[in-house]
Amino acid sequence: MATEAMEQLARREYKQGFVTDIESDTVPPGLDESVIAFISQKKGEPQWMLDWRLEAYHQWLKMTSPSWAHLDYPPIDYQAISYFSAPKKPEDRPQSLDEVDPKLLETYEKLGIPLHERAALAGVAVDAVFDSVSVTTTFREKLAEAGVIFCSISEAIREYPELVRQHLGTVVPQGDNYFAALNSAVFTDGSFVYIPEGVTCPMELSTYFRINAANTGQFERTLIVCDKRAQVSYLEGCTAPQRDENQLHAAVVELVALEDAYIKYSTVQNWYPGDEDGKGGIYNFVTKRGDCRGDRSRISWTQVETGSAITWKYPSCLLRGNESKGEFYSVAVTNGRQQADTGTKMIHIGKDTSSTIVSKGIAAGKSNQSYRGLVKVSPRATGSRNFTQCDSLLIGDKCGAHTFPYQEIGNSRSTIEHEATTSKIGDDQLFYCKSRGISEEDAVSMIVNGFCKDVFQELPMEFAVEAEALLSVTLEGSVG
Amino acid sequence: MLEIKDLHATVEGNEILKGITLSIKPGEVHAIMGPNGAGKSTLSAVLAGRDGYEVTQGTITFDGKDLMEMEVEERAQAGLLMGFQYPVEIPGVKNIYLLKSALNAQRAARGLDEMPAPEFMKLIKEKIAFMKMDSSFLHRAVNEGFSGGEKKRNEILQMLVLQPKLALLDEIDSGLDIDAMKVVAEGVNSLRDENRAILMVTHYQRLLDHITPDQVHVLIDGRIAKSGDRHLAEELEARGYEWVIEEPAA
Repeated sequence: MATEAMEQLARREYKQGFVTDIESDTVPPGLDESVIAFISQKKGEPQWMLDWRLEAYHQWLKMTSPSWAHLDYPPIDYQAISYFSAPKKPEDRPQSLDEVDPKLLETYEKLGIPLHERAALAGVAVDAVFDSVSVTTTFREKLAEAGVIFCSISEAIREYPELVRQHLGTVVPQGDNYFAALNSAVFTDGSFVYIPEGVTCPMELSTYFRINAANTGQFERTLIVCDKRAQVSYLEGCTAPQRDENQLHAAVVELVALEDAYIKYSTVQNWYPGDEDGKGGIYNFVTKRGDCRGDRSRISWTQVETGSAITWKYPSCLLRGNESKGEFYSVAVTNGRQQADTGTKMIHIGKDTSSTIVSKGIAAGKSNQSYRGLVKVSPRATGSRNFTQCDSLLIGDKCGAHTFPYQEIGNSRSTIEHEATTSKIGDDQLFYCKSRGISEEDAVSMIVNGFCKDVFQELPMEFAVEAEALLSVTLEGSVG
Repeated sequence: MLEIKDLHATVEGNEILKGITLSIKPGEVHAIMGPNGAGKSTLSAVLAGRDGYEVTQGTITFDGKDLMEMEVEERAQAGLLMGFQYPVEIPGVKNIYLLKSALNAQRAARGLDEMPAPEFMKLIKEKIAFMKMDSSFLHRAVNEGFSGGEKKRNEILQMLVLQPKLALLDEIDSGLDIDAMKVVAEGVNSLRDENRAILMVTHYQRLLDHITPDQVHVLIDGRIAKSGDRHLAEELEARGYEWVIEEPAA
């Protein structure tokens, strides 16, 4: 689907609802109340939304940037960021593909991305006219028939204020952490999904259908609410490496699953990791959390993280309903000078709740990555179970993988299992494959894909195929 | 097909091979025997191109090309295939996927297109039946949880699919019970033809009851101390290696 859909995307023109209303004005860099008021006004938001943003801003002012992650980056100057900006003027962007990092273009080539799409992804000033009529109209009609709401968060705040107000910030409160507070104050883009009671969403929802290729939000806010017995599968991201002028990305994703609801959230993250020295790469500091609010509800996070200079994210589940289930399947690949600190938190609150964590980390080059996971079982969450498996694979001897598992078990009637392995990609395995005539690069990709199989099989089909290709490209030249 | 001349090789600075000369022609089956530590495994490793072995003197040509100049995968693509004594496990990678990748990589190197899927499946089914293996093997991870005998059968299965010009079998009989040995031997025998050569490295004579060699070489202390026909193997079985060591090299 992906390539075809992307080709169609590249030909379409944004119509109502599928684009944040970007106008030509820009506020100067810096953050204060007037900037937030400006954003809120530009978005046509009601007073309560502005108040909510300001509340978040005041909390943020009192917080300090966290330093506990196993990451190394220079301090970020928050007053140097422009919090509301129109897309760059064409003359400020690369004028043609000739001005783009050739490595990036090479990668597009290898991933088989159509020519016209490459320019848009690389941020080139093309007159790509995005024509949404054909794809989006049919797909919106189909969703509307089922009663599903899928639109930008800005549109949702205007059109469905009650639904948004009822759920926004209930999973990730404004003051949850430094980056969540900042996001709450200034978010300008993101998705809203509501699946009504008893409805299984008739198609996989994908950000492909509403990504604003010209200027992806720096502070995205996504809210997905699945009512009783409803189900949805949501795909975020795209395998093509995306250039972005904004170095800091601090998104917030909130999922709410009511009784017997099931939300499956899959991510393929492949932001630009920077050049060979890590310059120009994106910092991806994300807060993702799902609330299994109803009994027997289930939330499943699956992620493939290959991009960004720095990734910092812990998709988590609050297992509040009895017999609710949380799952986290993750593949994180770092190469070059990338750094990743990722993992999950499973908070067992309801009785007989269960969680599964499968984390596969692959480090190559001079990269560094950490798995950080918390399994917390509250005293009243009796009969709860957790299974954690975290495996790291090292390629070469200049990279590092670290595991920080935390467990807080508040009762004696729960079962926790933890397995962890770290291995170097076996010289014997490589030699074996090569002695069959398989090239070293193909052998590495074969072994690594085998290592990740448990996670890839959780991905929706087309994502799984793309993820395998992506892994090969990411790890190219990492051996030898 | 394979010409080894005065081959010297070291491992971590210790000279293990001390001047081996050996010539194998198409259609021939050679067996290299010898006591532990004589250099049998080193010879296989050098031919397959494993890291950590340094050739300090001598030449190896395969099909007229300098083998030492070829990468590991190039040797396989040129038709030299090694059957391992201890095949490694590769978790998560299906056996059938490895076979397909290997076959197509070799075809690509020879300028052929990928084998179409139906043709490939037909080939695999035929070969796996010949090796008396269950088709469920194809969907298990490479060598993972395989018994010793299953691993060896799997090595021969790869040979049958990849059809090398020179099959190099390193202690292929170790850890096999008599039934598995028969199946493995049948597999190897089915590879014999006038254009193909087989080089077996073995500690025991019993493999040679099932795969009859044209020539037997006794490797002692890094040199070929004696060569002969299949009767030499029988003599070794009866008398051990001592008499060869004591006998002055011809």
